[in-house]
Amino acid sequence: MRPNIIKVGFLRGGLEIKQFMRQRESVVFTLLFPVMLLFIFGSVFKGDLAPGVTFSQYFVAGMIASGLVNTGFQQLAIMIPIERDFGTLKRLRGTPVSPISYFIGKAILVFTAMIVQVGALMAFGAALFGLNLPNTTERWLRFAWLILLGSICSTILGIAFSAVPKNGRGASAVVSPIVIILQFFSGVFFVFSTLPQWMQQFAALFPLKWLTQGMRSVFLPESFATQEVAKSWEIPHIAIVLLVWTVLGTILALKSFRWSDK
Amino acid sequence: MANESAISVRGLTKTYTSKANGSKVAVAGIDLEVAKGEIFAILGPNGAGKTTTVEILEGYRNRDGGEVKVLGKDPAKLGNDSWAWRNRIGIVLQSTNDSQDLSVSETVSHFANYYSNPRDPDSVIRDVGLDEKKNARIQSLSGGQRRRLDVALGIIGNPEILFLDEPTTGFDPEARRAFWDLIRNLRDEGRTILLTTHYLDEAEALADRVAVIVDGKIVEVSTPGNLGGRNTAKARISWLENGSKQEIESDFPAAEVAKLSAKFGGEVPELTVIRPSLEDIYLKMIGQL
Repeated sequence: MRPNIIKVGFLRGGLEIKQFMRQRESVVFTLLFPVMLLFIFGSVFKGDLAPGVTFSQYFVAGMIASGLVNTGFQQLAIMIPIERDFGTLKRLRGTPVSPISYFIGKAILVFTAMIVQVGALMAFGAALFGLNLPNTTERWLRFAWLILLGSICSTILGIAFSAVPKNGRGASAVVSPIVIILQFFSGVFFVFSTLPQWMQQFAALFPLKWLTQGMRSVFLPESFATQEVAKSWEIPHIAIVLLVWTVLGTILALKSFRWSDK
Repeated sequence: MANESAISVRGLTKTYTSKANGSKVAVAGIDLEVAKGEIFAILGPNGAGKTTTVEILEGYRNRDGGEVKVLGKDPAKLGNDSWAWRNRIGIVLQSTNDSQDLSVSETVSHFANYYSNPRDPDSVIRDVGLDEKKNARIQSLSGGQRRRLDVALGIIGNPEILFLDEPTTGFDPEARRAFWDLIRNLRDEGRTILLTTHYLDEAEALADRVAVIVDGKIVEVSTPGNLGGRNTAKARISWLENGSKQEIESDFPAAEVAKLSAKFGGEVPELTVIRPSLEDIYLKMIGQL
């Protein structure tokens, strides 16, 4: 009988986490980079965006959302071509393991790394920049599904995009600019409502803008919703966009995923 | 015979085309029949088409033409059955460089989870001689140890066929002998082993039968002892007589030596009897002699 695909996926997740933890550079980078950015931006921009809303408060929402994109999409779209170069995937292809198990393993890695990253950001923000943590159960629940769905969506899109770079060496050059542009367009570094309209509309096609908005709905006061472009948090919209991209990404990933170089 | 075959190949062809190099024929019509339980070696120089052939059998590459059956299935048309087929084969690729940060035992135990009827990871690690390195990180292994791990991962699923692509390249002589013992043990457990190598002595030491492949074609299939008509080749006898070197070729060297011995009344000066070495024959076959 075939070993259960989901169970093997979780076992792969455990293995991925183990490998990740043993690469000190990647752990430090994943955990410290967002904290460092928060430190720099939080030190430079001291003012309030609205009564009771510091820039740090706004920025943490953006950092967590873009952390999802960095840890999932960017990391995987770079790491999978490298795994292809190293023969990791070719070896897996020679075993009965299902691609689905491999995907699940990656999603678990991304989700776990996100939890740790978010924990570090919140602890650091609260300690140094007076960050207010979510204050209702409803917000915490929303926070939880945003991280979970965001991780899955970002993972599957990273897997789908991993077919684009020809090899591991060129992967970073292909993937990173896309992520950086999306970060600027989606209101991670600037207040979204102050961006030019064409930028806002372009960003609205992609998940990062919606993740950022969702994170603002978790971290900013309810009154700030009126300052959003749509005058509300648009929570149902956020869920729909993320789900659509997840489904689309899954179809693409299953079609385009390559175990080895052609 | 047909249902005794583990691997059966008819008229296999494969041509690579690239913009830079035009088209190159890698496999130019190969027929192979590998019986269950034998060690079959594909021997040939680099670039002869060995790896292409094996990777087609393993399901990694598509072929251009011909028929291929491995355990009764066409590796290019597995469909939803692919896991069940892969569950019965083991693959040791040419070179790998993955999972550096895991330990030997973590890796082998993990791979056991992929198969429906895996072997015990600890006993597999012992069989490949990595017991002492069980808890060592893969990145700390030597080349030979790394290759043993590759074999461990190839056999953890208890495969009926094991593919080994140039398994001992870069080994020191001692490590190669130990590795050969390991492969013989695997055969003795009833597995079919298909091995590619460019080492003649490896094919001679291990294989029940050898196919010599040159430029994508098989030039001969035989047992190592009979390769190139070696068993029937004339022996060359030489000795010193009247201050000059004498030489004859004969199908019956013992009789000739007996005659010479009688003639000289005992020892024959500077007597040698030589059969062509397997290496001579092989080099002639691949056009290097």
